[in-house]
Amino acid sequence: MEQMSTAVDNGKSYQEALRAYEARLAAVGAEEMVINMGPQHPSTHGVLRLQLITDGELVKEVIPHIGYLHRCFEKHAESMNYGKTIPFTDRMDYLASMNNSHAFVMGVERMLGIADRIPKRIEYIRVLVCELNRVASHLIAIGTYGIDIGAFTPFMWCFRDREHIMNMLEWASGSRMLYNYIWVGGLFYDLPVNFEERCAEFVQYFKPKLVELDELLTKNQIFISRTANIGVLPADVAINYGCSGPMLRASGVRWDLRRIDEYSVYPEIEFDIPVGKGEMGSTGDCWDRFKVRVDEIKESVRIIEQCLERLTKELKRTADFDPRAMVPKKVNLKAQDYYVRAENPKGELGFYFVTEEKTDIPKRVKARGPSFNNLSVLPELASGVLIADLIAILGSIDIVLGEVDR
Amino acid sequence: MTEMEIITRAKDLLTAQFGEQVVIAEERSGLQPALVIGGALLPQVCLFLRDHEATYFDFLSCISAVDDGVAAGTFTVVYHLASIPHRHQLTLKVIVENDRRLDNLPSVPSVHAVWRTADWHEREAFDLMGIYFEGHPDLRRILLPDDWEGYPLRKDYEEAELYHGIAIK
Repeated sequence: MEQMSTAVDNGKSYQEALRAYEARLAAVGAEEMVINMGPQHPSTHGVLRLQLITDGELVKEVIPHIGYLHRCFEKHAESMNYGKTIPFTDRMDYLASMNNSHAFVMGVERMLGIADRIPKRIEYIRVLVCELNRVASHLIAIGTYGIDIGAFTPFMWCFRDREHIMNMLEWASGSRMLYNYIWVGGLFYDLPVNFEERCAEFVQYFKPKLVELDELLTKNQIFISRTANIGVLPADVAINYGCSGPMLRASGVRWDLRRIDEYSVYPEIEFDIPVGKGEMGSTGDCWDRFKVRVDEIKESVRIIEQCLERLTKELKRTADFDPRAMVPKKVNLKAQDYYVRAENPKGELGFYFVTEEKTDIPKRVKARGPSFNNLSVLPELASGVLIADLIAILGSIDIVLGEVDR
Repeated sequence: MTEMEIITRAKDLLTAQFGEQVVIAEERSGLQPALVIGGALLPQVCLFLRDHEATYFDFLSCISAVDDGVAAGTFTVVYHLASIPHRHQLTLKVIVENDRRLDNLPSVPSVHAVWRTADWHEREAFDLMGIYFEGHPDLRRILLPDDWEGYPLRKDYEEAELYHGIAIK
């Protein structure tokens, strides 16, 4: 260990990379131009700022700047107990709040050793709301991707259908987007009476809409021309850059943590894992990433149907069922560390906990956001493409800045 | 394979390749066992674990920097690896002693040449915890502004009153 402190001997060298970056921009030649994209531009899907070094219409280099939505999640988490942190996790990937809190809660429950004693009805409700949220998140991804490319109608249609899901989840949790519904050891409340029936109605309404969406966008020649063979991400590059979720699966890797880790009640549920096949161009292009999301919506609908089936039959609501029965008054953990990972709509969401004895406040919580890692591949994908294609590539990554910056 | 078998196998392979001293300690008591690795050999160890057919850790899930507290006088950098073909996971830890002076950051070799995803993870650890990664190609702050002072996730961090004349406290 003594060799390690030799490389740095004065404070100045910590600024070396910054100086090199400034020198790179200062050295931009007469042929090149620096274009600033974002942070207030709708096609950057939030407050992402990209510095493009361009040669005419060609992007030579992309330098992403993030942090405009940094809300100090990790620092906040060190100052409050686990239950109070759940609303903060909701605000990371704010399009899939249920999935965030599910991953966080799962980690705490495993550290407590109560993960396998959670009642089945609670687990099924969790999976149900998580999959509803996954559908909502993918609808946003697809809708906004259409509008990035220039198709306006899919955007309206996706938001119309997503609104039904938002209304249902609001009915269950009291909040439209940021739910705080999944708690350590249980749930905030049981599902409202008739929720299952209304959800089943929604599924019946939603299935034909998916067919319409396919006709409108997936097989649309203009859309295919804009996305096929654009931003091709080979599987080895995707893995090396830590890409996960639809981004990795579109490159042909069948990697879904719901199947790999078999957490919650996913082992009891039938669903397939769609992967990119390069139907319209090459495997791992923008069209494949889009298609994987469309197919995942269909799989999520299958999961929702199976959950509803069980929640209305063998796991039916009973008068004495208390979803807070196992919620601990105080989360008492021994000193340990644990990394939990779960499949979010965007990819692998991880939480790394370091806990201390005799306190219910963690010593360190590190959040590994899938969007953060998926976005880091952008400079690799976007060097040498046209500016218009950069928008197509960025849209296909489907980032949420709340999670990139945390 | 269970986690215990994976860690035993990884340890055996590493000591056969690099000698006994490479694994400083083993943590087997918790839910996830971990190997504590000497920092100097870290990139070679990671490359070996990535490319060896028995381990094949091709996916770096996460790099977390942990401040062990002012009294401990150390920082820990934790690497969570996963193998896509084998479907197993491994935790590596590097523990660095440091006196917390801002002109003497704890230093760990960069693994960016092994997994490109380490680029942003290491920038984040540098930005928020002040870990210096030797050999990193672009170690700028990533979430905070370039002219931010201090490393907020450290336990002894005290926020400034003002930033460019704006009250931030």
